[in-house]
Amino acid sequence: MTDAAASAVDAARRPSELELGRRAFRRRQTRRSILISAVSTIVLAVALGFAVIGSPGWARVQQTFFDPEVALASLPRVLNGLWLNLQVLVVASLGVLVFALLLATLRTLRGPVFFPLRALAAGYTDLFRGMPLIIVLYLVGYGIPGLDFFERMPAAFWGTIALILTYSAYVAEVFRAGIDAVHPSQRLAARSLGLSHGQTMRRVVFPQAVRRVTPALMNDFVAMQKDVGLISVLGAVDAVRAAQIETAHFFNFTPYVVAGLLFVLLAWPTIRLTDWVSARMRAREQAGSLV
Amino acid sequence: MSGGGVRADAARGAATPVLRLRGIRRAFGDREVLRGVDLDIAAHEVVALVGASGSGKSTLLRTVNLTESIDDGVILLAGDDVSDPRVDADRVRARIGVVFQHYNLFPHLSVLDNVTLASRLVHRTPRAEAERRARELLGSIGLGDLAGAYPDRLSGGQQQRVAIVRAIATSPELLLLDEVTSALDPELVGEVLELVRSLAQSGTTIMMATHEMAFARDVADRVVFLDAGRIIEEAPAAEFFTAPREERTREFLARFLPGL
Repeated sequence: MTDAAASAVDAARRPSELELGRRAFRRRQTRRSILISAVSTIVLAVALGFAVIGSPGWARVQQTFFDPEVALASLPRVLNGLWLNLQVLVVASLGVLVFALLLATLRTLRGPVFFPLRALAAGYTDLFRGMPLIIVLYLVGYGIPGLDFFERMPAAFWGTIALILTYSAYVAEVFRAGIDAVHPSQRLAARSLGLSHGQTMRRVVFPQAVRRVTPALMNDFVAMQKDVGLISVLGAVDAVRAAQIETAHFFNFTPYVVAGLLFVLLAWPTIRLTDWVSARMRAREQAGSLV
Repeated sequence: MSGGGVRADAARGAATPVLRLRGIRRAFGDREVLRGVDLDIAAHEVVALVGASGSGKSTLLRTVNLTESIDDGVILLAGDDVSDPRVDADRVRARIGVVFQHYNLFPHLSVLDNVTLASRLVHRTPRAEAERRARELLGSIGLGDLAGAYPDRLSGGQQQRVAIVRAIATSPELLLLDEVTSALDPELVGEVLELVRSLAQSGTTIMMATHEMAFARDVADRVVFLDAGRIIEEAPAAEFFTAPREERTREFLARFLPGL
């Protein structure tokens, strides 16, 4: 029998009574679970709502944090600031990818000649993973311009540099974990074909490593999406700084809430995408298993 | 290959074997895995390495393509001393094809890219030419339709055949096979052995470690029995299985081939 004929028979086959009964039971179970989760969600939401709204200071908090008029009035400036955050984010992400891959590569180099480079890369990742981002921002943003090597650059420029310096240390470690996770037999096969160390890394190891660590990389990207708001400490007028200015102007904290929500909206697609990618990879690795 | 080429090969083969090993030693810590191995393999010869697990077969194969270092001895590949630390190991490896027990195909590359990778990167063959040859080779073993597929869509037997094609795509001087059927389901062993047999018949010089005694007897010109890092006996295949000289060989064969 050909495959086509076999699948045609399969399609026409009617499930047994036993299987139909089991399917009906599963459908009832699914309906019940949905109902239970809906009810418990509503109960929790109502309880939380009453607790917050019923609190003695709610009226004042509502006025200072959730004033719709202030929100609307501050939105254009805050959005304008967010545009700067977006630009910094794009440039910093690209910078981090390149620099982190370079750091990870340096750490994989073999041979005594490369010892200083290996040690330098290791020391770098240790230092910048330990150092708080805000301190790096201050040191880079106020320290490097003080050297008078460069013409005056905008605060956002130094903020971007600081973000690249810090995040590259984390992402380099993620890359290195990915490189270590590629089985040595892959390297053996590539070298046995006559590929050099560099060719093996570029064509065989890196592509597999990056695939493995994509969820972790995206997670770091999400973290950076909100950390771009920290460049405001250098005086760059980004969303956070704009909100601060608006807050002082209206004598009301609503602009901060607006900025916060905008950051969440900015990060949300990436967060969902990260979850989806992770789930897909998990599904592929555990195909055919119920547990 | 032209007639002249074959004659030249034959003339050179008499004087210079494709592979000559002299006094190869290798220890891991204080465990000696190879204890002075001497072996010659002539052009177009098929040599089977047999022996119990841990006898040093795989280590010996890895020393030949310089993926395992040696503590002493000399390795001559077509007369060139490749055990000299000054040689470029990458160029030596490019002259030798290797097939592994677990295929080791590159999972992120299609079958076609797996086969052409070394041609393109190492031998600088233009992509179109490398792909034409790869398709020809894949087609000749009935895998032409799978050129665009990724390795995880293939059966174990298909993966191992692709791995063999990858190893021979650059026309290496010597092909090393390391237990190429040990990881396969029994019903998939046949197709892989068939391919090895056809390579042997077409004149490929092969050095293979194997547990397939019947296959070694059929295909190999010469069988080499390794035990505890030493060659105990080497003989033409027919002779090795029917009239083993050494007591240890007889014990080994009795365990593997109770019928003989």
